[in-house]
Amino acid sequence: MSAFFKLLARNRLALGGLIVMGLVVALALITPLLPLVDPDATNTANRFLPPFSDGALLGTDALGRDLLSRLLWGTRLSLAVGFAAALFAAVAGAAVGIIAGFYGGRTDNIIMRAVDMLMAFPYILLALAIVAALGPGLVNALIAVSVVNIPFFARNIRGITVGLANKEFVDAAKLAGMSNARIITSEILPNVVPVIVIAMSTTIGWMILETAGLSFLGLGSQPPQADLGSMLGEARSALITNPHTSVIPGIMILIIVMSINLLGDGVRDALDPRLKSGALSRPMAATRVDRKHTPAPEARTEGILSLENLRTEFHVKDRIYKAVSGVSLSVKPGECLGVIGESGSGKSVTALSIMGLVASPPGVITGGAARLEGRDMIGARYGDLRTLRGRRVAYIFQDPLATLHPLYKVGDQLVEAISSHRAISKSEGRAKAIELLKSVRIPNAEERVDSYPHEMSGGMRQRVGIAMALANDPDVIIADEPTTALDVTVQAQILSLLDDLRRERGLAIVFITHDFGVVAQLCDRVAVMYAGRIVEEGPTMEILRAPAHPYTARLIACVPELGAGKRKLEAIPGLPPSVDALPAGCAFADRCLKAQPSCKEGEILLEGTGSRAVRCLYPELSLSKETA
Amino acid sequence: MGSYILKRLLLAVPVIFGITVIVFLIMAMIPGDPATAILGSYATPENVARLNRDLGLDQPLVARYFIWLGNMLHGDFGQSFSLNRPVIDEVLERFNNTLILAGTSFVLCTVFGILAGVVSAARQYGFADKAITFVVLLGISIPSFFLGMMMILIFAVDLQWLPVSGMYAIYGGGDLPDLLHHLTMPALALAVVATGVVARLSRSAMLEVLRQDFIRTARAKGVKEGRVIWGHALRAAMVSIIPVLGIQAGFVLSGAVYIEIVFQWPGIGRMLVDAILQRDILLVQGGVVFVAACYVIFNIIVDVAQSLLDPRIKT
Repeated sequence: MSAFFKLLARNRLALGGLIVMGLVVALALITPLLPLVDPDATNTANRFLPPFSDGALLGTDALGRDLLSRLLWGTRLSLAVGFAAALFAAVAGAAVGIIAGFYGGRTDNIIMRAVDMLMAFPYILLALAIVAALGPGLVNALIAVSVVNIPFFARNIRGITVGLANKEFVDAAKLAGMSNARIITSEILPNVVPVIVIAMSTTIGWMILETAGLSFLGLGSQPPQADLGSMLGEARSALITNPHTSVIPGIMILIIVMSINLLGDGVRDALDPRLKSGALSRPMAATRVDRKHTPAPEARTEGILSLENLRTEFHVKDRIYKAVSGVSLSVKPGECLGVIGESGSGKSVTALSIMGLVASPPGVITGGAARLEGRDMIGARYGDLRTLRGRRVAYIFQDPLATLHPLYKVGDQLVEAISSHRAISKSEGRAKAIELLKSVRIPNAEERVDSYPHEMSGGMRQRVGIAMALANDPDVIIADEPTTALDVTVQAQILSLLDDLRRERGLAIVFITHDFGVVAQLCDRVAVMYAGRIVEEGPTMEILRAPAHPYTARLIACVPELGAGKRKLEAIPGLPPSVDALPAGCAFADRCLKAQPSCKEGEILLEGTGSRAVRCLYPELSLSKETA
Repeated sequence: MGSYILKRLLLAVPVIFGITVIVFLIMAMIPGDPATAILGSYATPENVARLNRDLGLDQPLVARYFIWLGNMLHGDFGQSFSLNRPVIDEVLERFNNTLILAGTSFVLCTVFGILAGVVSAARQYGFADKAITFVVLLGISIPSFFLGMMMILIFAVDLQWLPVSGMYAIYGGGDLPDLLHHLTMPALALAVVATGVVARLSRSAMLEVLRQDFIRTARAKGVKEGRVIWGHALRAAMVSIIPVLGIQAGFVLSGAVYIEIVFQWPGIGRMLVDAILQRDILLVQGGVVFVAACYVIFNIIVDVAQSLLDPRIKT
């Protein structure tokens, strides 16, 4: 609760709203104690005095009544009526909602149908009908406004109650022989009250506005009694000659409603956990780059794509998560490089950083380079980066249901991959899309081109994802766990498809996965990542045969082998360290059986000879010896 | 698609039926002899007798409801005593005027609301976002009737750009330019609140969508950022914006009551308020049922639009 108030206080606008609202309410409360003139005392000799006149600070109205006094009394009345209407609607709505939600079944059905009917009206029509039946007057306007708002409360509270009615503590109360009425008052109500209060706080401004509106129409408070709405309504006839009589009550309504809205927004934000984590911010077109120093334009490396000491961090509030801390990789045309690691090891972030696709905020690339044929793409102008995306370096993502646009036909999504980089006619685009679908072995490509993603199976959608990556004949494909969401037979088909494409087209593939089985099928080389770093690198077959890093060894031991007889599948105990508080030395030391005190000190380098390298002080196999 | 529309229309029948029941029950709350209540100051013995005969007011409640319903189904909404003309004629004429006003406002709030929301989301926490957020907050906080009055003071009285009130000039008016001239202020005043609501919702819907994986896919393909925002993201966000547009239509229709009073617009809202003050019960009854039914039909249109936009909805 105090955390809630802290959050609320941190929101300056909400705090401002709270203060203004507090002042208005305080003023309304002490109005009877203030030395004010009788608000209804007419004095036709002093009609329409302007503001700051003697004895009338805000001037007088058409009947010579003191506007300051009328304003304060009117505010008091408006607040009281608005609050009463909100309270009445909340109590009645909650009662209806609890009964519907608690009893369920037919009771629920009948009540909710009636609520739906009430909601089918434009709200003011219903209010007008009620006032028409009861006759104009403040109390009747209050009743009308509350009745119109009952459905809103009833729906909300019903939803909460339905959830509560199935909870264990309610079952326990039933078994203990409590009556329904007791259960409602002792078990349900206490849990529902906070929701009622919040719903009330967000609607009270609305209620004040609505009752003021009815009074403005002449259907609410009747003369001489005046709330803010009827003050405004009466002043309307003198709007042009004496605008101050209209402006004063109007501004007051504006102040009240605005401060309540500010406060309501603050309350809502304070209660929304997504705001705290910053999850509601939208990712920008390219990841933010904030490198301390730009790396020197390095001599050409052998690979078509090479990463050099890449660092990507997530800045959330005052915490820094080092998702990728100094990764160097390279891949040659026609080669497949596997990047393997547990979830959270930084492998996907590494892949996304290459083309600036890490969501930012909170992602920031803080160092290193990602070179395509020697040209650094980190920090490249967005326009340049965009023309490379999809054309030279294409991505295949995991979970194609989420990664394909749900409302576009797959054919159109394929064509768009091309048309983003070169003009293409409609008929040519369609032909090309069909050709692409055929190239990933989708049957009935001519029909499938007009399908929406939800009309396809998971494997089929993944093929569409691959087809999309191939659309512009890229040089590099970065596949981010493209088979994780698929079942094993489909996975095997997709892998062999990728393998064929690589051979046919000379593609360089960076294949991100957590599965050594998949790596073994497809990748020439593999890099093992742990806690944002590469801990071992080398040709796949050599590493599989004789892993050097204890972590790699444990990972390989996790893969079941068909026909390998009885073997204990060992899970790795413990969890990877959180990347916002990495220990010194080896990040795996805490989970490693071979760890020595020296493992937890200083920086351990990725060392090796020839094609292999390992980041370990006590590797399972000494690399220098092997190659010697 | 045809069968989907038919299904929605069939589902609307019980809703409209329910609306008539609710209106009837509310009107049945009027204390005293119904004929006298309906006629008010026009309650001469002949009128009372005629009304009792026409509406079966001397019969039990249920019978009265069905007589009323039957009459309405034949297009007979009764006779307005204060205006001395058939209710349906008056309602149709007035509703037409309200449609011009509310329809214009609805278009304005849709276009500007979505525009503001998208820009706000695309520039989250930037200057444009903050400016829009502030204007939106002001817009949703100002009572439309007060805003309308202030607009009259500024644009009609001070600057003399636009007429103070009415729908057509009294002399020599009546053509389209004249109508637009009169329509500008009330339509804007009415649109402000709804625009604010639509803008807020569009902003949060866009922010929600922009975090989705398929946006990242579009960017990974190299789609231009403008198309990512106004194509991919907005298209997906529309799925949650459209239902709110349906609700906003109701708000615009409701808010029209105030605006029609402020600007002396001869619409159905002003007719209802006058009818209530005159205690012309049949006119109120007929007007409310008619507008509510139209609103139900409008919501069907919204649903159909939604199903056209979202192929995942089974039609």
